[in-house]
Amino acid sequence: MTLRRIFIIATICFFGMGLLISQANALDEAYKVGAVFSVTGRASFLGDPEKKTVEMMAEKINAAGGINGKKLELVIYDDEGDATKCNLAVKKLITRDKVCAVIGPSLSGLSLAVIPVAEQNKTPLVSCAASYKIVHNEKTGKPYHWVFKTPQSDSMAVEAIYTHLKNRGITKIAIMSVTTGYGASGRSELIRLAPEFNMNIIADEKYGPKDTDMTAQLTKIKGMAPAAIVNWSIGPTQVTMIRNWKDLGMTAIPLYQSHGFGSRKNIELAAGAAEGVLCPLGACNIAELLPADHPQKSVTMDYLKSYTAKYNEPLSSFGGHGWDALQLVVDALSAAGDDKAAIRDYLEKKKGFVGQHGIFNFSPDDHNGLSKAAFSMVIVKDNDWALVD
Amino acid sequence: MLRIAKLPIAVFALAIMVFPWTAHRIPAIEHYPDIMVFAGIYCLITMGLSLLMGYAGQISIGHAAFFGIGAYISAILTTNYGMNPWACMVIGMAVTAVVAVLVGAPSLKLRGHYLAMATLAFGIIIFIIFNEEIEWTGGPDGMSGIPGLTLFGFEFNSVERYYYLVWGFVIAAFIFTVNVIQSGTGRALRAIHASEPAARAMGVDVSRFKILVFVYSAVLASLAGSLYAHYLNFVNPATFDLFFSIKLLIMIALGGMHNIWGAIVGTGLITFLSNEWLHYFEEFEVIVYGAILLFVTVLLPEGLAGVPGIVKGWFRR
Amino acid sequence: MEKITLASQLLQYLITGLTVGSVYAMVAVGFNIIYNVTEIINFAQGEFVMLGGLIMVFMNVAMGLPLILAFPATIILVTLVGILMDRLAIRPIRRPSVLTLIIATIAVSILIKGTASFIWGKDPFDLPAFSGRNPITFLGAVVQPQYFWVMGFLIVTAVALSVFFDRTIIGKAMSACADNPDAASLVGINVKQMILLSFALSAAIGAVAGITVTPISLMEYDRGAMLAVKGFGAAILGGLGSFPGAILGGLIMGSIESFGAGLISSGYKDAFALIVLLVILFFKPSGLLGSIEISRIKRF
Repeated sequence: MTLRRIFIIATICFFGMGLLISQANALDEAYKVGAVFSVTGRASFLGDPEKKTVEMMAEKINAAGGINGKKLELVIYDDEGDATKCNLAVKKLITRDKVCAVIGPSLSGLSLAVIPVAEQNKTPLVSCAASYKIVHNEKTGKPYHWVFKTPQSDSMAVEAIYTHLKNRGITKIAIMSVTTGYGASGRSELIRLAPEFNMNIIADEKYGPKDTDMTAQLTKIKGMAPAAIVNWSIGPTQVTMIRNWKDLGMTAIPLYQSHGFGSRKNIELAAGAAEGVLCPLGACNIAELLPADHPQKSVTMDYLKSYTAKYNEPLSSFGGHGWDALQLVVDALSAAGDDKAAIRDYLEKKKGFVGQHGIFNFSPDDHNGLSKAAFSMVIVKDNDWALVD
Repeated sequence: MLRIAKLPIAVFALAIMVFPWTAHRIPAIEHYPDIMVFAGIYCLITMGLSLLMGYAGQISIGHAAFFGIGAYISAILTTNYGMNPWACMVIGMAVTAVVAVLVGAPSLKLRGHYLAMATLAFGIIIFIIFNEEIEWTGGPDGMSGIPGLTLFGFEFNSVERYYYLVWGFVIAAFIFTVNVIQSGTGRALRAIHASEPAARAMGVDVSRFKILVFVYSAVLASLAGSLYAHYLNFVNPATFDLFFSIKLLIMIALGGMHNIWGAIVGTGLITFLSNEWLHYFEEFEVIVYGAILLFVTVLLPEGLAGVPGIVKGWFRR
Repeated sequence: MEKITLASQLLQYLITGLTVGSVYAMVAVGFNIIYNVTEIINFAQGEFVMLGGLIMVFMNVAMGLPLILAFPATIILVTLVGILMDRLAIRPIRRPSVLTLIIATIAVSILIKGTASFIWGKDPFDLPAFSGRNPITFLGAVVQPQYFWVMGFLIVTAVALSVFFDRTIIGKAMSACADNPDAASLVGINVKQMILLSFALSAAIGAVAGITVTPISLMEYDRGAMLAVKGFGAAILGGLGSFPGAILGGLIMGSIESFGAGLISSGYKDAFALIVLLVILFFKPSGLLGSIEISRIKRF
């Protein structure tokens, strides 16, 4: 029975260790900023680059002397895409770690879930999630007092796509979406904005995030002969879908992807099938394609170079949301110190902030600060991006 | 474990009552009562599940579904229709009971693997429904803005108040369950677990008891779901996925399947592991769960509740 | 872009369904091998498929081995994992009961999944198709050559296994263990070795499924769970323990999914196959090709 004894002693030590490790952090003379990202779990494609980006930025800032001489201390928690953990993490950041502002979460649903916590505790929250509901209180029609967000809303991406379609004279389209928050949100915007652009949606197909084959859905769409297909998904399904589209011989029907397509790796994985696919992308995805006099050129090129040098992996546009959020908070700290109300007021008045995903102009009625100008239409040509008008 | 002493229950209840006061004094664990609220909610589910699995010997790999049904019914009725949360809780439990009977009656005739598969399939189907019916459930993004609980004007709007509310329910359910175990019903369940044909030969109405326990565990899970929805003010389908059903199994296996205390201990440990201690090993979380489950299954089949027995065994040598 | 006829659409759904179904069938066959010898349902079966795909990617891409060499190398590695699983997780259990064994296999499946995410990360990986990507048009439907590889391997596997279990001594010994391990060991069969062999075989078949399907739909660390659920469903649909049943069950599951997604609702695709499964479980648990007497004799 020695194995059992060893096990029992090990268990006791393990849990004892757990208790010991959870000691309070030592208090520092520093600006403490909290962050909650979905680093692991179902949304790790969002949270992982976001975490890497803010860590890289903090390192750079501290190496250059900090903010007004004070160190920037980032406390990052992983909510693993789970609402319970996200809620606990935000509460912990505010009450135990006593941060002056919180960045994140990465997911829209989770951001909506922690808005009451931020409001109740009067702490600025700069979300890295896309839903417009984060900065729009349905009951009052105005933004939540303490909550901001940096990503463009899905509606802006949809507007960019629809404008392009309209200019091509296309009105009969089929839409496909993945059954996750990302896909559902895009789909509802596609449906909502269709009448405004005279779009007639003749097919509305869905697939799961773990599906390995969309030929059934595409076959159905093929049968209805639309003039274009708009697909809203992220992860492997957006690549599989392109392969199926090519395999079924449907390349004559133009295919538009969502802005989630913005990574060269996706083009690679599509094994040549992505030629001719279009999508709307924020400036940081196409930093190299921007003209030299573009206002975001230097900020995005700088980010591209530092990120790829430090982490040896291609840039992800989602990391850019983290960049925008932290830089906003850093600017606020620089100008106004770490009083929570002062930070909030500063953010609300900020104009002309040059970020990764656009030029932000905040106001008391607009806590997102972006418009559809934040997107450019891009086409895949010769296995790389090319701007399209 | 048929004879469950009263003293440990009283001591436990006292410890629970005193915990928030203690936690407040120690900065390192100041936020522990917050985690304890969730642990309490999960305990409601695992107590019922422990009765089902440990005492009646039935498997359910889909209990997250009942948790979710309770949560969503409370969420939808209170947020969209403004109904009284307590009434919705009861409605949720009633609906869950009906679903449990509909699913349980044909399933419980199945044995072993078939039952596992049936509950697994049921759990996944419910999860898909939560994801797909966007008009009702808000789809993958979930529903927010769920109101909190109030009783005659007293608002449960702080961690401490909710803590006492949840653990009050847990202790009440615990005492009730203990009474069930020590009653004729409990003996019938043990007989069924030991040998169904023998129990039937002794005149035990096997089907009725199996369904009864299944429904009981489902109703407790539904109650837990409602409490969860009103605490977080938010629900989304991801909370009620297959992995959560498996986590429930881990909680019970770790604590000890044949012991109602095991459910509480296992749930508490796994909740803290998952929300607090494993944050330092986040990449390894899934591996750790798998390792714990394997370890316990192979080396410690009676779970942690079997440890006192083993220790006594040492002293006898 | 001409409209395609309804007939062509249906044919397309059928072909997709049969391809996807072949993968489910191979998972179901793997379940049956272990079940026939040990009466255990291996929830980690789907993970063998996932490992087959990912290890093949590692062999082919990271180590640069040509497909023809990487294939057997991958199968050997995954078989080793299967053997490890038997030795470390199944054999040591002292008082096996249905509950304990199911939980043990679930534990192994999350352990394998966690390790895979640690080694390979969360991204999907690709393999080159075995014979190119030029699609073949057939009566208005489009078929990828890789589909034929998947279905082909299923047929080869099925035939090989039938021969193995019916004609060879070892195969018959394995079947004997399933019916009555005590009697089997009385006649000199090493039951423990047979169990080991069954896990090894199951893992190998899972690996084949994973390798052949990755060029079509990529592979990532968490694909295993849904494959296991559907494969399990296919096995029960066809009759637990029956190989022809597993194949039939898999193909039917795949077709239901495909037709359901195309004709009814693509969001509920996964639910269709599961609902059909529940119906079978409630009304004829022995499945389409199984028999009630045999399912009553089984210990579990």
